[in-house]
Amino acid sequence: MQREVASTTDQTSRSLPFQVRGSLQAVLALRLLDPEDPEFLAKLVEKIAYAPDFYRDAPIVLDLAAVTDREPIDLLQFAEELRRHRLVPVGVQNAGAAWLAEAERAGLAVFAAGGRGDAAAGTRAVQPPRASRRPTAATVVREPVRGGQQVVAGEGDLVVLAPVGHGAEIAAAGHIHVYAPLRGRAYAGIEGDESAMIFCDQLDAELVSIAGVYVVNEEIDTALLGRRVRISCMGDRLHLAPLP
Amino acid sequence: MSKVIVVTSGKGGVGKTTSAAALATGLAQRGHRTVVIDFDVGLRNLDLIMGCERRVVFDFVNVINDGIRLHQALIKDKRVENLFILPTSQTRDKEALTREGVEKVIAELRKEFAYIICDSPAGIERGAQMALYYADEAVVVTNPEVSSVRDSDRILGILNSKSRRAEIGEEPIKQHLLLTRYDLDRVQRGDMLKLDDVLEILAIPVLGVIPNDPLVLQCSNVGMPVILEPKSKAGQAYRDAVARMLGEQVELRFTQPQKRGLVDWLLRRSA
Repeated sequence: MQREVASTTDQTSRSLPFQVRGSLQAVLALRLLDPEDPEFLAKLVEKIAYAPDFYRDAPIVLDLAAVTDREPIDLLQFAEELRRHRLVPVGVQNAGAAWLAEAERAGLAVFAAGGRGDAAAGTRAVQPPRASRRPTAATVVREPVRGGQQVVAGEGDLVVLAPVGHGAEIAAAGHIHVYAPLRGRAYAGIEGDESAMIFCDQLDAELVSIAGVYVVNEEIDTALLGRRVRISCMGDRLHLAPLP
Repeated sequence: MSKVIVVTSGKGGVGKTTSAAALATGLAQRGHRTVVIDFDVGLRNLDLIMGCERRVVFDFVNVINDGIRLHQALIKDKRVENLFILPTSQTRDKEALTREGVEKVIAELRKEFAYIICDSPAGIERGAQMALYYADEAVVVTNPEVSSVRDSDRILGILNSKSRRAEIGEEPIKQHLLLTRYDLDRVQRGDMLKLDDVLEILAIPVLGVIPNDPLVLQCSNVGMPVILEPKSKAGQAYRDAVARMLGEQVELRFTQPQKRGLVDWLLRRSA
């Protein structure tokens, strides 16, 4: 799972014996809750034994969010022990000042705060777990949704391959795709997922809503009516943009 | 194999009874044993349109509730062979229809009729739901105007969800659009929806387009299905619709403006 995001080559770098490339790596984080537990390593080894291939030589970031207010432990020695169990500690994240000095002494890199900081970390607003974005199968509707009918995908996305009539209602926890005219009402992100979107081939909806934020037909820019449109949520308002 | 066909619309006054009478008469004229049932309990009209109102003794409700035999209530049409009418009660209301009662009557009619046409009341409540519950096919009567199209969309949804076929998961009811009161002049002026506009919203196959025709009202007033009037354009269009119902390929008429002759033009100017 590696994805190059940027290439920083410039004219002079051609003569260098290396290239500097930005990259994103998926790295396991080991969140330390009680590193002074005398059985810490024994329990960790037991855990690793469940999936030895997965953990073998895996780069590890030590997440210190939960212990950042405590006295630091000897990270040099701790890293050494991890290496003996074929884990490769490469850095720390969410570290306080005392821990940072200890990390430097142990030769560990300092990563920007990552993962979901919990309440103790407090460095960023706590994000609620993304609602219903588990990989559930999408609900697919092939028949027209007529006035007075309701189709609700309580989990995952909703894909409609036929017109959604005036007075019809469609709703989904995830995205809504309508590959036909959308003339009724569409509610995406009904479990509160603000990243849900609505896509339609022909926007004539009475109302569209994402995570409770809505616009009615009258408020829709007339230039977008009848067009292919993508609707997303930006804070407390909806953003409607034409699709190519 | 008999077919139960409901003529329905959601909206009132769009021509359901006129169409049910015309289609039933047309099917019978083509040699198929046909019965047309009035489901509009309390607002009976079918017997008037069919011109048999003075021969009604027993009715649909009597058969369901009062132990009257079906053959005592069926009225044989005097003009067309193979055509029967099952009128309804004017004094009762829709509560008089029970699902079991309707099922029993339809099962009995299936034994001897090829086509059972159910003339639905307006609305989407009990009466209309009773009329469509046992249907194999549906003729959705629509006028070329927005409110009628919306109501037709609604009734199409009910056909897909509240019919017997939907409930037991059989092949869905076959749906047909019958566009009535189609006035080409007003369509061209933009006062009425075009056939294509209606099709875009309803997205079901067209059984027929019936032109607006003053003879329809005249025929209704004398109790004659308009399909029996050879001069009537509406009658011709209903005959085309019957042919399509029987699986024939017939081109749509009365949907394109015709070139007007000089005489026609002069007549219009002087009118």
